[in-house]
Amino acid sequence: MIKPPDASFDQIKHLVSERALSGETMLLNMGPQHPSTHGVLRLLLELDGEIIINCIPDIGFLHTGIEKNMEAKTYQKAEVMTDRLDYMYTMGNNLVYCLAVEKLTGLDVPERAEYIRVILTELSRLQSHLLWIGTSAMDLAAMSVFLYAMREREMVLDVFELVSGQRMMTTYIRPGGLWRDVPVEFEAATRNILKELPGRIKQYESLLTRNPLFRDRTRGIGIISADNCIRYGVTGPTIRGSGLAYDLRKARPYSAYSCFDFDIPTQKEGDIYARYLVRVEEMRQSLRIIEQALNDLPKGAVRSDNRKFVPPPRSELGVSMEALIHHFKLWTEGFNAPNGSVYVAVESPRGEMGVFLEGDGGPKPYRVHYRTPSFVNLQALPLMARGHFVADLVGIIGSIDIVLGDTDR
Amino acid sequence: MSKISNSIISQMITRFGASSAEFRDETTLIIQPDQIVEGCRYLRDIAGFNMLLDATAVDYCPATTPRFHLIYHFYSTKKNVIIALRIPLNGNEPEVQTIESVYPNANWYEREIWDLMGIHFEGHSDLRRIVLPVDWVGHPLRKDYPLGYEEVQYTFNFDDVNKRKRYPKD
Amino acid sequence: MGIEQKLGDMGVVTTSLESAINWARTKSMWPMLYGLACCAIEMMAAQASHYDLSRFGMELMRASPRQSDLMIVAGRVSRKMAPVLRNLYDQMPDPKWVIAMGDCASCSGVFNNYAILQGVDEIVPVDIYVAGCPPKPEGLIHGIVTLHEKIKTEKLSRWS
Repeated sequence: MIKPPDASFDQIKHLVSERALSGETMLLNMGPQHPSTHGVLRLLLELDGEIIINCIPDIGFLHTGIEKNMEAKTYQKAEVMTDRLDYMYTMGNNLVYCLAVEKLTGLDVPERAEYIRVILTELSRLQSHLLWIGTSAMDLAAMSVFLYAMREREMVLDVFELVSGQRMMTTYIRPGGLWRDVPVEFEAATRNILKELPGRIKQYESLLTRNPLFRDRTRGIGIISADNCIRYGVTGPTIRGSGLAYDLRKARPYSAYSCFDFDIPTQKEGDIYARYLVRVEEMRQSLRIIEQALNDLPKGAVRSDNRKFVPPPRSELGVSMEALIHHFKLWTEGFNAPNGSVYVAVESPRGEMGVFLEGDGGPKPYRVHYRTPSFVNLQALPLMARGHFVADLVGIIGSIDIVLGDTDR
Repeated sequence: MSKISNSIISQMITRFGASSAEFRDETTLIIQPDQIVEGCRYLRDIAGFNMLLDATAVDYCPATTPRFHLIYHFYSTKKNVIIALRIPLNGNEPEVQTIESVYPNANWYEREIWDLMGIHFEGHSDLRRIVLPVDWVGHPLRKDYPLGYEEVQYTFNFDDVNKRKRYPKD
Repeated sequence: MGIEQKLGDMGVVTTSLESAINWARTKSMWPMLYGLACCAIEMMAAQASHYDLSRFGMELMRASPRQSDLMIVAGRVSRKMAPVLRNLYDQMPDPKWVIAMGDCASCSGVFNNYAILQGVDEIVPVDIYVAGCPPKPEGLIHGIVTLHEKIKTEKLSRWS
């Protein structure tokens, strides 16, 4: 049997209290392979009986070296790796990378592409929240919600497959717009979702919101105050559940969000129940945004005309010499970005997801750094978990909705 | 997003010897390593930047002065502005003061920068590797660390690559 | 031939020991919960009601390796996770099978760098590789059915 190179106890001695050193409290390893941690997260729990004194997260079991790998690829090819970061909000990862590249290079995006980007990212948020409600309810032992939520999620994934050919890792949003225009069945499929989802969300609410078992397990558990959220940089539904209405779609609007009318749901208590209510309401607001975007969808091109960055359509290659040269240069060398650095952020279902992109005048990004919400939110987990039982910890981890690909990159 | 008021920028320049730059309407202040903690305290208490959004580092490898740039992004929830702070660091094993006392969430950011870039933070409560295994040698995100990729196995070099691949014994 | 006809009238079927045991092994394999990354989401989708894994007897995902016989490695295996994976594989009792689901488990997929194992077959012997990034649930089901066919051809002499 291979022995893993574990952190020896001396290395973490300063993190646990003195009672652990004398053996009065127990150190329990909630290991990387566990049914309730959403992914490969290792938690070292210091327990007094069943009450958690301290909780030390140990991450890095999914470290993929994406940032270094992206430095070795051109800007277009590096986008493929961005899908795999926060694999629940795949369109959003593509979007934030493309927004950063467009800001760095000064590329324009046509209006139709902006609207479709909004529709697709809201659909992505919807499927992320559906999976969240399924898995976190399953952690609290409400298994039927999982099956219902996955059934709805299949509808959204069918739309993604219609549009790009892939269910999850689509790489559909590209610098300059989209890969290609949406097919004619897109509108009918999306309107079908808009018709079906409100009733289904009401079904989930009828199963969970006034359920006394659910309320007992979630009210007053895992409280974090708004001040602590700011001190620890926690964003997303966690900070909105604690009372502060900070949503990037309203605070620093990107990509046509300023054209739509929607609310930011907030709650005051800061416990699991508040975050649950915030996310359910966010699902409804997403449907509202999608409906407005579909009704006002403008016509036109979906990719920018700037041939220095966006490849020409194949029909032009046979007739125009410049198109052929641009195609050749983009495929062999890629486009060059100017010297400088930008920071762009979008609102992912977990919080603020940002990209820090630094270019050096060449075709490959010099440094790409992702400010991922799960990495930051997980740091605040010990604050939320102290003084609760181990069974509550499972609910708390579910409620801050971490995705380990996001955390470890 | 509103603009950062010029008074804050000019205060930073006069008090801490910073220099400011702007690119695509994002303001960056370049500050020296010994002024970080006071500069961050000023930004948090007086200028109102209460949230540390992001902390990262860039390696400009063949150049050694500076070799690294440490970059912090701060956000003010009340005024809705972001400011970036760049700190140039020299040498191959740079040391810099931690800002964990000012912003508590710098803890994990700085651990990650130490892990992947090798910038040592003095005064950090818990500086150990976070995303890599504990016994890893080296700092991968530096430019002189190889990517570590395996050669692609086509039919013509199938056997050569196969000889070097590891397989389990059972 | 004669005796089988006679027994058939009485409701008895004859077969060889190999086929019987192989058939029993395929009909209710219990997979171990080993979803690491994006492929885990597709594995969960394969288990949900739309693409049902329960028709193969696999609706129960056992978290404990001592109670499972199939390990579906779904997702990328990093160098920090590799000893854990091997540990869990060693804890599974015989007979055990491994499906490498997705490109990252088969051959490291998109990620050809320092942090990811270049294919999970560097540390565990793999029976079936399922391609895709992530493979559709139908792809995973095809992999499982192929594994069933592979098991049905196993011979008595190979069992320890």
